[in-house]
Amino acid sequence: MIVTMRAATGLLVETLRDLAPLLLVIAFFQFAVLRQPLHDLTGIAVGFVFVVLGLSIFMRGLKMALFPLGESLADAFARKGSLFWLLCFSFGLGFGTTVAEPALIAVGNEAAGVMSAAGVIDAGEVSEARYARALRYTVAVSVGVSLVIGVLRILKGWPIQWLIVTGYLLVVALTTIAPQEIIGIAYDSGGVTTSTITVPLVTALGVGLAQAIKGRNPMIDGFGLIAFASLMPIIFVLIFGVVTAA
Amino acid sequence: MMIDLALDMLETVRATLVDVAPIAAVLAGFQVGVLRRAIPNLRRVLVGSAYVVVGLAFFLFGLEHALFPLGDVMAAQLTDPSFTGGGEAVPDWTDYYWTYLFAFAIGFATTIAEPSLMAVALKAREVSGGAVGANGLRIAVALGVAISLAVGTFRIVTGTPLHLYMIVGYVIVVVQTIYAPRMIVPLAYDSGGVTTSTVTVPLVAALGLGLASNVPGRSAVLDGFGLIALASLFPIITVMGYAQISGWLAMRQARADTVTTPSEKGREP
Repeated sequence: MIVTMRAATGLLVETLRDLAPLLLVIAFFQFAVLRQPLHDLTGIAVGFVFVVLGLSIFMRGLKMALFPLGESLADAFARKGSLFWLLCFSFGLGFGTTVAEPALIAVGNEAAGVMSAAGVIDAGEVSEARYARALRYTVAVSVGVSLVIGVLRILKGWPIQWLIVTGYLLVVALTTIAPQEIIGIAYDSGGVTTSTITVPLVTALGVGLAQAIKGRNPMIDGFGLIAFASLMPIIFVLIFGVVTAA
Repeated sequence: MMIDLALDMLETVRATLVDVAPIAAVLAGFQVGVLRRAIPNLRRVLVGSAYVVVGLAFFLFGLEHALFPLGDVMAAQLTDPSFTGGGEAVPDWTDYYWTYLFAFAIGFATTIAEPSLMAVALKAREVSGGAVGANGLRIAVALGVAISLAVGTFRIVTGTPLHLYMIVGYVIVVVQTIYAPRMIVPLAYDSGGVTTSTVTVPLVAALGLGLASNVPGRSAVLDGFGLIALASLFPIITVMGYAQISGWLAMRQARADTVTTPSEKGREP
């Protein structure tokens, strides 16, 4: 019991340290630069207590569930030895975690608004909703594809830099032909796809696969899945922009 | 008031469960349908998953009640014409120095508080056997996000095209990739994607949209985007830079050691 208490206190202290910079920045700008009093001080204090508790509990759950889950999946797939099912799983994980992502839904709706304002698509709710949904599925498929490529890369030991540089070249080339309105949305879509639950799971999966396969270095081959998941949506959304504008 | 808060809390838990559902479905489907192998320590994993959901819900609930409203108000105040320069028709880009500083500071602070970055840093320390320190990596990434937001707000104020910044960033990444230690490259590429999730994105979006709608001649829809894009590119540069600098320091240290120890002399070819 005492050990658990001590562990819990340690976790809370660590969390407070992680949040200290954020508090300092807000306090400095609020009181020294803007010189405004805080309006709802109790509300903010209650909110902050929840932030500290939530982050501490999440970190505990991360070590208990997300990391072991990713590792055991990697191990199980490596034992089973079926490339087909591993790739299906990678695609499913990427697609499934992205398609319902609230940040992506928001970006999709915003993008539809921008495109109809620019006259690229017809104004009106039906065509905007259709556009937003098509964009959302494009991004979800691209994250699924990127995990498939990323897992294949770990299995085959391909050097990551060639794939990433090829991706960059594609982005630059597509930027020159894509409609101007989609460029900002496309570049941003890479950042919104990777959620707080997906990142630990996918990282543990990649590292676990690299550890389970002979001749792979977990440091060099295990990381990199997230990198694909944030580059591929840019390419897919730019292509989507080119296709829908044509 | 208490009832409202409790209802809000339940709503956040519900929303988090909806977020987790597709992941749980994929995991359970493959576990039962394809792998057919019991998960080791299933009880512990289930308890941990409950912690993940509850923790994330608490965290989001707290952010939505304390930090995000505050961040929105501050972003609006800092970009307001009456604060930046007294409402001239065409304000100079130098009038926005507090905005750049705020963008830098808030980018650094939110990245340090980002749970997915903590996860990747833990894993990196474990895999590298401690060679990549968890705090060093997090500070390098946070600096990258800080710089990218300062540059990104400058870009919105001046209205220069986003793709130029991205292409210059890509060129730097490619050049660094050639010279950086091979071990760090995949981790550096990954750190671009992990920076922008729960904490950073909502605050950054408020800043970008507030700025784009307040600076004369900018449109929120065309110029408000792009901050997240830069924030997922610049950390790649700073993480590789961190590895290059620490590698260079270690080499210099090693060289200084060989010079001062005469017995080691002559061993070098």
